[in-house]
Amino acid sequence: MSLSSSSPRPESEAAAPDAAAPGPVPGRRPAGRRVSLRYFAVKLLGALVSLLAVMVTSFFLFRVIPGDPVAAMTQGRKVTPEQREELFRQFGLDQPLWQQFLGYLRDLLRLDLGLSYQYKAPVTELIATRLGPTLLLVGTATLIAAALGLWLGTRAGWRRGSTADRVHTGVALTLFSVPTFWLGLLMIVVLAGGAGGMPHLFPTGGMGSPDVSGVGNVIVDTAHHMVLPVATLVAVLYAQYLMIMRSSLLDEMGSDYLVTARAKGLRDDLVLRRHAVPNALLPTVTLLFLKIGQVVSGTILVEAVFSWPGLGMLFYEGLSVPDLPLVQGLFIFFSASVIFMNLLADFVYPLFDPRVRT
Amino acid sequence: MSTGGNDAAQRTNFLAVEDLSVTYRTGSGDVPAVRGVDLAVAPGTKLGVAGESGCGKSTIALALLRLLPSTARMSGRILLDGEDVLTMKWGRLRAVRWAGASIVFQGAMHSLNAVRRIGDQIAEPILLHEQRTPAEVRTRVSALLEQVGLPQQRAAAYPHELSGGQRQRVMIAMALACNPRLIIADEPTTALDVMIQAQILRLISGLVSDHGISMLMISHDLSVLADTCDRLAVMYAGRVVEEGAAHEVFSTPRHPYSEALSAAFPRIGDPASRRRPRGLPGDPPDPAALPAGCSFRPRCPAAQDRCAETDPALWRAGAERRAACVHVLSDEQAVELGVPPAPAAPSAAPPDRPANGADPAQPEEIR
Amino acid sequence: MSAGPVERPPGEAGGGSAAPASPRALAWRRRRHSLGRFWAGYRGNRAGLAGLAGLAVFVLIALCAPLLIGPADLSLTDAPGGPHEPPSAAYPLGTDNYGRSILDLVIWGSRVSLTVGFLATLMCVGLGTLVGIVAGHYGGFGSTVLMRITDWVLVLPALVLAVAFAAVMGQGTVTIILAIGLTAWPTTARLVRAQTLAVEARPYIDRAKALGGGHGHVMTRHVLPNVMPIVLAQTTLTVAESIIMESTMAFLGLGDPNTLSWGGTLQEARNAGAVSSGLWWHLLPPGLAIVLVALAFTLCGRAIEGVLNPRLRERR
Repeated sequence: MSLSSSSPRPESEAAAPDAAAPGPVPGRRPAGRRVSLRYFAVKLLGALVSLLAVMVTSFFLFRVIPGDPVAAMTQGRKVTPEQREELFRQFGLDQPLWQQFLGYLRDLLRLDLGLSYQYKAPVTELIATRLGPTLLLVGTATLIAAALGLWLGTRAGWRRGSTADRVHTGVALTLFSVPTFWLGLLMIVVLAGGAGGMPHLFPTGGMGSPDVSGVGNVIVDTAHHMVLPVATLVAVLYAQYLMIMRSSLLDEMGSDYLVTARAKGLRDDLVLRRHAVPNALLPTVTLLFLKIGQVVSGTILVEAVFSWPGLGMLFYEGLSVPDLPLVQGLFIFFSASVIFMNLLADFVYPLFDPRVRT
Repeated sequence: MSTGGNDAAQRTNFLAVEDLSVTYRTGSGDVPAVRGVDLAVAPGTKLGVAGESGCGKSTIALALLRLLPSTARMSGRILLDGEDVLTMKWGRLRAVRWAGASIVFQGAMHSLNAVRRIGDQIAEPILLHEQRTPAEVRTRVSALLEQVGLPQQRAAAYPHELSGGQRQRVMIAMALACNPRLIIADEPTTALDVMIQAQILRLISGLVSDHGISMLMISHDLSVLADTCDRLAVMYAGRVVEEGAAHEVFSTPRHPYSEALSAAFPRIGDPASRRRPRGLPGDPPDPAALPAGCSFRPRCPAAQDRCAETDPALWRAGAERRAACVHVLSDEQAVELGVPPAPAAPSAAPPDRPANGADPAQPEEIR
Repeated sequence: MSAGPVERPPGEAGGGSAAPASPRALAWRRRRHSLGRFWAGYRGNRAGLAGLAGLAVFVLIALCAPLLIGPADLSLTDAPGGPHEPPSAAYPLGTDNYGRSILDLVIWGSRVSLTVGFLATLMCVGLGTLVGIVAGHYGGFGSTVLMRITDWVLVLPALVLAVAFAAVMGQGTVTIILAIGLTAWPTTARLVRAQTLAVEARPYIDRAKALGGGHGHVMTRHVLPNVMPIVLAQTTLTVAESIIMESTMAFLGLGDPNTLSWGGTLQEARNAGAVSSGLWWHLLPPGLAIVLVALAFTLCGRAIEGVLNPRLRERR
């Protein structure tokens, strides 16, 4: 056999527990993974345009609409005329609008998001210090929610109309209707606040207890603090994933290739795992990335409720003061991350769908 | 076929379908798709099943391996090598699928999984049904691809990278993968252009003959089936209406419907065939509301009053031939079966040849 | 699928204006007929009926609230009960930190929550329909740009956008309505555009154009009636989202502190320490009201969608 080397394949790995799982099979060429440069260029350009649009929007939102940005930024607080003067100069409000915009762009390109009132520190620095906890929370919750949602969505869709399907769909629809922050509050009251004589199982908020030392203890303590916020975020996100996966799978159900797979003598679960799921995952992944903005929204609320010291909490603090440079910086940061994640999805997608390649 | 008992039929025929009925349950009542069909395929022979779309022929193809959706109810027997498919346990059924009988589906674009390499898709049933090392499977896949005239490097291709004809070749290679004793070809050349159709047909019938595999080929194209198959069954509204040796059914059809199907395709070297009116007026009947009597009557050019009263069965219509039409009956046979006699025809028909020159449906009489 | 199934099957469409006798009456008869068919389909959906019943109850409560509750019941300084009383015969759901009955707060809050939900939805569905029809009808470069903008807003985190907007505008009910309306329209726009394209592909649109129908005529007389069913389904689904969004923004402190809404009540509960002291009766009823109303709207929306789109119905 003069066939080229084989590369691992996601589908066959998923099917590995089966005795008849396929091993390497002829003629896999890694060269097939080449995607046209044009595809990447178009996607990259689109992302850059989106990013520019975010910057323009932010400029208009925070500088132009309020009329007097200094008054908007300092609303509700006493400022001395010197402070006003200082702010005016800081934002270059004495210059014409287009010069202000250019200056604003220049600052952004240097990753300078201005100074926070509250913390008297550069917004960029604040974001950098608060990024870690948010990533920990969001990463954990998204992984769990995706696994749970895709799994349950697959089960519900494959047996449409069954009791399991009706239960899963009903729960998902109800969770759609639950405000994230309220769910978090309930979790605290029931599992941490000791309402009705319930034991205080979990801490009410924060990321760690003050008097814990040692790496192992800190990990356990952090995990303990993570349980409720992660559970809240998972509950909100998995319902989303479940419904998307379910309807993608239902779209595949009548397909001819599934009849072929059954005719080959595959067990029902293998037909599902090897054939239906890989096909249904493609539209699902696209939709999941489209909805990533909701992950950000969910994080803000969960962090606000559980006082989780991340970006969402920072945003909440900025709102209550209000600390507009901070809010503006986070607005740009959140939007940019969402655009970046979507770009990443576009770049990764060809790995899963051979039809986009070549 | 009529000789010998049931046991003999089971032994001599690799596939024997007996009184198969399939009914789809829908929201607005039951719809019969197949109504009491008998078919038989002897080892190493090819049976063609012809008919318009909606006559139930594709339902039969799926029913043979119990691949119909759960809304379908089946009755009768489908004996595959003497075993009834309809009463098999699931495990046994899965073992029989593809290894005992495999299917070449129509429209290979949708019948192949778009996100898996074709080599993997061909290898899948081999790994499932046979104990083989990966190296052996690789060799086998390459050999299969070569047999169907594709370079072995194409194993790495995805379905969308192949042409329609190449995809159908992949389907054929896949069908041969486990050395089945029967191949069911469901409209294998539909949606291909004419030149490719001929290639694929030659390929499939050649391979089947070389390996001594039995074949059941389903098509709307009577001429294709006459070229490829040994025997032919013509279906209309869920029933077999004519059955016999392929070339005989094609050249001297006894049922007016077979006649119309046969006339729809001009015969090369027969100028008369080009002058004959082709096609059939009207549409196939709604399976949920079949007409009384002969279901072909509303469209039949040779319909008589008695056709409304008689639901014809497959009657003997010559050596090794049967047709479900009152015209194949002599007056004596008709009386015996309780079928009303034919009205007095202007030219008296010889009793053994009820279809005569006066009958527009039977122009072969001139021969 | 893509074709708007209810209003105007293509086969009937020709008969409408070509008939000698009053085409308008004919069109109305056809619409009444399709409405009857729609209701027959909707009636088959039990979840949809439950949602509709739930909606009726909440709307009724909101309308009757002034008959049940006087200004004295909601007074901060002169509240009828003691602060944070647990549920009792006098106060079935307990009292808040000022001594007001939680039941009264929830009943009164339905007025603001429903009003904001409806107004915000009206705004964003109107905007979405306008963008969708225009983008679908005209096509070309302008339409491409319009849809790029739509996709862009769709991808951005809606809460961040709405909150940033509200933060700039200052707190208040109008701000919340504007913020929701300006951020939630893209879904509707995309749906309506797809439907517009499907409608405009039908032969009678060509005929209307050939007979001299201008852009305005085609869009308002032919496309709009055909996208209305989809818009209706989308409206009910959007109301659910808007109500949740309203409560969320009120909770984040962006609402008018002087109006009573469910989200505002929850914010007050949190500020009054209801969470840490386990005063569940202050937290549970307003949240539950939000869940029930949102669920009722969602069920209605899905039922309407199911009737309009048989493929979806099969799925659900």
